[in-house]
Amino acid sequence: MTNKPKWQLSAEQVTPERVFQQRRKIVQALGLSAIGASVPLGVQAGLLDWFGQPEEQLAPRRSLSFEKTLRYGINDELTPEDKIVSHNNFYEFGTDKTDPAKNAQSLITDPWSLTIEGDVANPRVWTVEDILKEFPLEERIYRMRCVEAWSMVIPWLGFSLANLIEKAEPGASAKYVAFETLYDPEQMPGQKSRFVGGGINYPYVEGLRLDEAMHPLTILSLGLYGKTLPPQNGAPIRLVVPWKYGFKSIKSIVKIRITDKMPPTTWNQLASNEYGFYANVNPNVSHPRWSQASERRIGSGGLLSAKRIPTEPFNGYGDQVASLYEGMDLRQWY
Amino acid sequence: MVLTKHKVWLTKSALHIGCALPLIWLYIQIELDNLGGDPVQYIIHFLGMGVLHTLVLTLLISPLAKRFKVGWLLRSRRAIGLWSFAYLVLHIFSFLAFDLLFDWSLLLSEIIKRPYITVGMIASIIMLALALTSPQLIQRKMGRRWQLLHKLVYLVAILGPIHFWWSVKSGNVEPAIYLLIFMALLWWRRPVKQISRRSGLASTK
Repeated sequence: MTNKPKWQLSAEQVTPERVFQQRRKIVQALGLSAIGASVPLGVQAGLLDWFGQPEEQLAPRRSLSFEKTLRYGINDELTPEDKIVSHNNFYEFGTDKTDPAKNAQSLITDPWSLTIEGDVANPRVWTVEDILKEFPLEERIYRMRCVEAWSMVIPWLGFSLANLIEKAEPGASAKYVAFETLYDPEQMPGQKSRFVGGGINYPYVEGLRLDEAMHPLTILSLGLYGKTLPPQNGAPIRLVVPWKYGFKSIKSIVKIRITDKMPPTTWNQLASNEYGFYANVNPNVSHPRWSQASERRIGSGGLLSAKRIPTEPFNGYGDQVASLYEGMDLRQWY
Repeated sequence: MVLTKHKVWLTKSALHIGCALPLIWLYIQIELDNLGGDPVQYIIHFLGMGVLHTLVLTLLISPLAKRFKVGWLLRSRRAIGLWSFAYLVLHIFSFLAFDLLFDWSLLLSEIIKRPYITVGMIASIIMLALALTSPQLIQRKMGRRWQLLHKLVYLVAILGPIHFWWSVKSGNVEPAIYLLIFMALLWWRRPVKQISRRSGLASTK
């Protein structure tokens, strides 16, 4: 156990609303509402053991303050918070979409430090607390388009990565930025067992060209929906690059390295014909195993009320970022 | 001494319950929102695995019947085969309904463009033919041709796991295990010379 930081909520303050709602649902599903009203809560909790999942202790999240909300012309309906935090790809905690929420709750996200190093005048080890003191947060409402052709709209809390990189003062030959996720097999079952972790070589690494990293749309995010990130969404600090497929937006970052060479990236190493270094959202370049021309938008409705919408070039951020790729054949540099 | 017809009845009942339970479980989990914010992939995968598992069962029947000399076991094979087909229908329906949201033109282009879906589709067409010819009346009418047609299940046993293999994003361990299981089941029933070829595939009357 770590010492609780001052800002953390105590466990009692975290409302067990989810559990309560779940119980109500079970009782309804079993057609027991009528009886349920007269049954002591303890008995209903017993039903949970049979029909529900064990109540995991959710990692506490605290409120973060932010200056303003930026939408960048995206006025889509937000994806509900409960869907954003229960549908994740984070193979360090298992390959099923529900695994990260189940297995990541005990991830120690405080204390946490993020090192920035490489071709820079001022390398530094940042604590998350220092980052929060130094860089004011903004709410950025971004589309998140997964390479698997589903998408969400997420209100991130974060700040431009450029601000952090500028502080480090990259050298003249700096061309690329490499990122690395925490490597800790004791905390991350997917790193301990190849079977759980989907056969990926850990730590997870990602990279951007320096001009992509310095682009004002590229942020380091520390929260969503007004609160700190849950572990399954990449707590305490992650990258968000809204015009690229989701796997570029690396989670739970411990290291940023400025370099002159194109860095290796995890999915590209695993299957280079399917996942390129650039990975810009592009409806005209299909994944070998599925079409990228449209996407399933995860909104507030149930299974059948989802919508399949056309995918936009650069995920709808073309006006802001297309110029970064002038003269490049995006079929070749997928 | 339990009568054969009771044994058959009991075996079939156990099979029906065993094959129905996962579907009931899945339905309850969906109703309770226990499968996360977007259970689409989970549902499709779960039902696909249901096809493979029931297919393993159908292919186990005749070797077991031979090995343990329990001929009456063969009379439950058709029921499992039809369960396998039921899982397949639900698997494809889920893909069309929840993932493609009834975009039929996308379905058609995906069947043509994506090798893993092409393979799955070929296997599905074979399964459809087997399901349609499953009534005993048709079986009797078709005679030897029925035998030949239903041997195509061996092709499904290869195509199914290949479809699984090609469909995963990473981590081929699990698909490899299934492919090996099916290979073993086929190896087990390889034709052995000298012995009459009238195996358990004969009419189950």
